[in-house]
Amino acid sequence: MPVIDLANPTRFLSIISRVLPWLAAATVLLFAFGLARVMTAPDDYQQGATVKIMYLHVPTAWLSMMCWGVMSMAALGTLVWRHPLADVAGKAAAPIGAAFTFICLITGSLWGRPTWGTYWVWDARLTSMLVLFLLYLGVLALYWTAEDPGRGSRAAAILALVGAVNIPIIKFSVEYWNTLHQPASLFRKGGSAIDPSILIPLLIMAGAFTLLFFTLHFAAMRNEILRRRVRSMRLMQAQELAKARS
Amino acid sequence: MNAFTSLLVRDMRISVRVGGGALMGALFFLIVVTMMPFAIGPDLALLARIGPAILWLGALLASLLALDRLFATDHDDGSLDLLMMGGLPLELAVAAKAIAHWLTTGLPLVVITPVLGLMLNVELGAMGWVSLTLLAGTPALTFIGLIGAALSVALRRGGLLLAVLVLPLTIPVLIFGVAAANAAIVGPAPFAPPFTILCALSLASFVLGPIAAAATLRHGLE
Repeated sequence: MPVIDLANPTRFLSIISRVLPWLAAATVLLFAFGLARVMTAPDDYQQGATVKIMYLHVPTAWLSMMCWGVMSMAALGTLVWRHPLADVAGKAAAPIGAAFTFICLITGSLWGRPTWGTYWVWDARLTSMLVLFLLYLGVLALYWTAEDPGRGSRAAAILALVGAVNIPIIKFSVEYWNTLHQPASLFRKGGSAIDPSILIPLLIMAGAFTLLFFTLHFAAMRNEILRRRVRSMRLMQAQELAKARS
Repeated sequence: MNAFTSLLVRDMRISVRVGGGALMGALFFLIVVTMMPFAIGPDLALLARIGPAILWLGALLASLLALDRLFATDHDDGSLDLLMMGGLPLELAVAAKAIAHWLTTGLPLVVITPVLGLMLNVELGAMGWVSLTLLAGTPALTFIGLIGAALSVALRRGGLLLAVLVLPLTIPVLIFGVAAANAAIVGPAPFAPPFTILCALSLASFVLGPIAAAATLRHGLE
């Protein structure tokens, strides 16, 4: 079966309905395995058990950036091929990415309280994560404001591509800004090398979160396709009613 | 009073639906507060000292930007004319619209203030008091801004004109709001005097704002 067949929304829906239960089951299994490994992983000799927040924090940080990548690819599909499925993929990815970024920020701030003594520091990494969150919220706001789904998704696609170009620049400038104002002595970033006893659970958790992302993304795409169908059916119904009355 | 509440509910419903942009003000508030440290620097001690001022300025700008929509969309689709011809006194109609506007744009600002205060290193114990000053003060911003919104829709000019008209009028609110917030955080001045003046400003503008805005609309749109 050629890949292009996947791009048909109806065929996509039928494949999704077959794949999704398996994907969800795999996500649950990998999470169970990963969490078991996390619970048995050794505590940090300085931070104690709080280091376990890392197993949530770091994978969500990775995924929040990967999700923008997915959105930019979908944006290319929207702008170049005007493909409705790419529209749907981009729209479905935005709230998930925002949620991952939000979880990353929340866990980071909860982690910061015991280790740095404050919930929030204007550190370069934290700040660029916050800016990423704001960009996600901007994309969501654009979807939310546009009354016509098609036009909204094209605008959001352009914004996603602009963001993809801009995010590295923002990250660079935020780092410049931070080192300009204060030396890096406020806190040191991570340990020098991560021990395998911590690294392997971390990678498993990252895999589990990636599976979770795809499960949520496919489910959200399915919902969005169905939502659009409901919308066009309602419009058709309203038109027929108007015709019958006149 | 039935027309009053139904107008209020209608306005709130419009603003939370697609294209309404009820939470846009809160989002703008978040972004303004995020931009401040980029200009000032990430020094937490400094941010803690000027935190209340940043929060108040951010809330002021956010509520100002949302004002543009208060009458403009109703004017565009003609429902403002219907309101002016309807049985409900225009003052009450304007007040209902203003209350709905505050509930959908002002109240979210108050709700997210503790989170933003956390980012600005405002003391945790004082956060409730700072939010309380915003709760008491943002209605004044909306009701004073109401007059500017009515003027700009009567003159068919929005945007910057509205800001130029409204910002000078909000200076007292800013002064007493920041004074009360600072009193709550650092002292030594007592919290009650500036806070009660802030409440008085809100209550007075609640009475005067709708009357002035209704008069403006009557003169401007006839």
